[in-house]
Amino acid sequence: MRPFQYVRASDADAAARAVAANPQARFLAGGTNILDLMKEDVERPNELVDLTRLELTEIKAAGGGVSIGALATNTDTANHPLIRHNYPLLTQAIVAGASAQLRNMATNGGNLLQRTRCQYFYDTAMPCNKRDPGTGCGALEGLNRMHAILGWSAQCVATYPGDMANALYALDAVVRVRGAGGRERTIPIGEFHRLPGDTPEQDTNLQHGELIVAIELPQSTFAKHSYYLKVRDRASYAFALVAVAAALELDRGTIRQARVVLGGVAHKPWRSPEAEAALSGRPPSEASFRQAAEAALKDAKPLAHNAYKIELGKRAIVRTLMRASRVA
Amino acid sequence: MNDDFDETSAPELTADEEALLKEMPTLTDVGQTRRTFLGQTIAGSLGWFALDLLAHEKALAALSPSPDAVFAAASAVEHPVTVVLKVNGATQTLEIDSRVVLLDALRERLELTGSKKGCDQGQCGACTVLVDGRRVLSCLTLAATVEGREVTTIEGLAKGEQLHPMQAAFIKYDGFQCGYCTPGQICSAVGLLEEARRGDVSHVTDDVTVTTTRLTDDEIRERMSGNICRCGAYPKIVAAIQEAHSGKETTRP
Repeated sequence: MRPFQYVRASDADAAARAVAANPQARFLAGGTNILDLMKEDVERPNELVDLTRLELTEIKAAGGGVSIGALATNTDTANHPLIRHNYPLLTQAIVAGASAQLRNMATNGGNLLQRTRCQYFYDTAMPCNKRDPGTGCGALEGLNRMHAILGWSAQCVATYPGDMANALYALDAVVRVRGAGGRERTIPIGEFHRLPGDTPEQDTNLQHGELIVAIELPQSTFAKHSYYLKVRDRASYAFALVAVAAALELDRGTIRQARVVLGGVAHKPWRSPEAEAALSGRPPSEASFRQAAEAALKDAKPLAHNAYKIELGKRAIVRTLMRASRVA
Repeated sequence: MNDDFDETSAPELTADEEALLKEMPTLTDVGQTRRTFLGQTIAGSLGWFALDLLAHEKALAALSPSPDAVFAAASAVEHPVTVVLKVNGATQTLEIDSRVVLLDALRERLELTGSKKGCDQGQCGACTVLVDGRRVLSCLTLAATVEGREVTTIEGLAKGEQLHPMQAAFIKYDGFQCGYCTPGQICSAVGLLEEARRGDVSHVTDDVTVTTTRLTDDEIRERMSGNICRCGAYPKIVAAIQEAHSGKETTRP
């Protein structure tokens, strides 16, 4: 690991100022991703600003919904009574990720910022436009069974690896961030992560030095009919091949509103307005779920080794909606 | 690369190489003289490797065998950090490089070698310890961030000669073979017990809105998925944890 200056931040503004002042500085929260990447020489900060003593850990009711501190751990968030009862989809998504030890360490802000698990990104001997812009994409014509089928570019076919953000997207979350000057702004979760385009080195729309302070969820009508399904190579402790966060609002045998978000298929959580439109106003039935699944994957473009994700994605959507609506 | 190199002739050595060679102890266990070894490697255009190896050997030979000395040589301190923490009940003050992770601090500085380095990437669980009672991976925890916290390692679970119930259960059910993952498995399982008491849910919990503190074997398997056992002692690990959790004897697998 390369040497770095360790700084313990006294408050959020000081932390944001410290990182904003140094282009090579990074925030440190749970450390579960950045320390791994530093050991691999993928991330090379010369300064880490430790956030772990900041009081951004509160999870509280706010404006009919809930405000979740950026530094609350994944474990504390998933198990908070407000989340378990009002947003069980979020609980399910969080506990589908990583291991108990990692969830005890990982924070919500850090979870949003985890970087891709593309093996070409990790392997510094290989080209990667995300790690070293301009060097090319090793995965485009390499081993790409784990990679994107939607929204990719010739510059990058990596997927966003997280689970929590998929559920947050289905629950209409906004991310509250604070800049170095103390000014706060909110970013809808759907605009937080980026598609790769020609700048795959930028995972998100955060400015350097902007600190995530909270994730806010509005009041939800989805608690009764939601489900998170994660399909992976083994039963636990693996990244998604395909994941589905689905939420339905049912009213006397009709779907009033639907949310369908896919994970493991794109450079960001992939919401499908086409699938949601196919569900809206229809009865919750296997037939309407199949139509929604077809609509969601209509524009998918597979790489050499991941065409399986298209059929897998469709079946995963149907199964998730069956479970969410309790049709099965 | 010298394509015309004759294996039987002695290689030409530079003054630096000659000097290094004189200081080297004899490599008696590799079945060849050092000069031949060095000559072959240089001929194979691996001269830099040989020189690097010799330099390391020289540096190591000059050291006293104390763990502190080895540690100091292994990584020069670039950005020193002072950390005061409690480990197994005792307050410890460490002067370390900012890069040192908790696992290395425990093993190399405090000589607590029970916590194991498996993958060093947060994928195997062998380094699991408890920080303020919660199970975490010490390989992905910077020691500097543990300032003021209480760390419990496998060495701190027993009370004198009295084993922690989880340790006793692992012995009773033979919850290991080679034993390398065992300290991490046991620390992880101790953390699991507390999570279960709190009513935490898991990926296999059918309804996350319902709180239960009794774990099925499936729940234990899922909750222990962060600890890999190469020997495959999983059935006995689950049995041991189930007994420590439920207080009831379980069927021996």
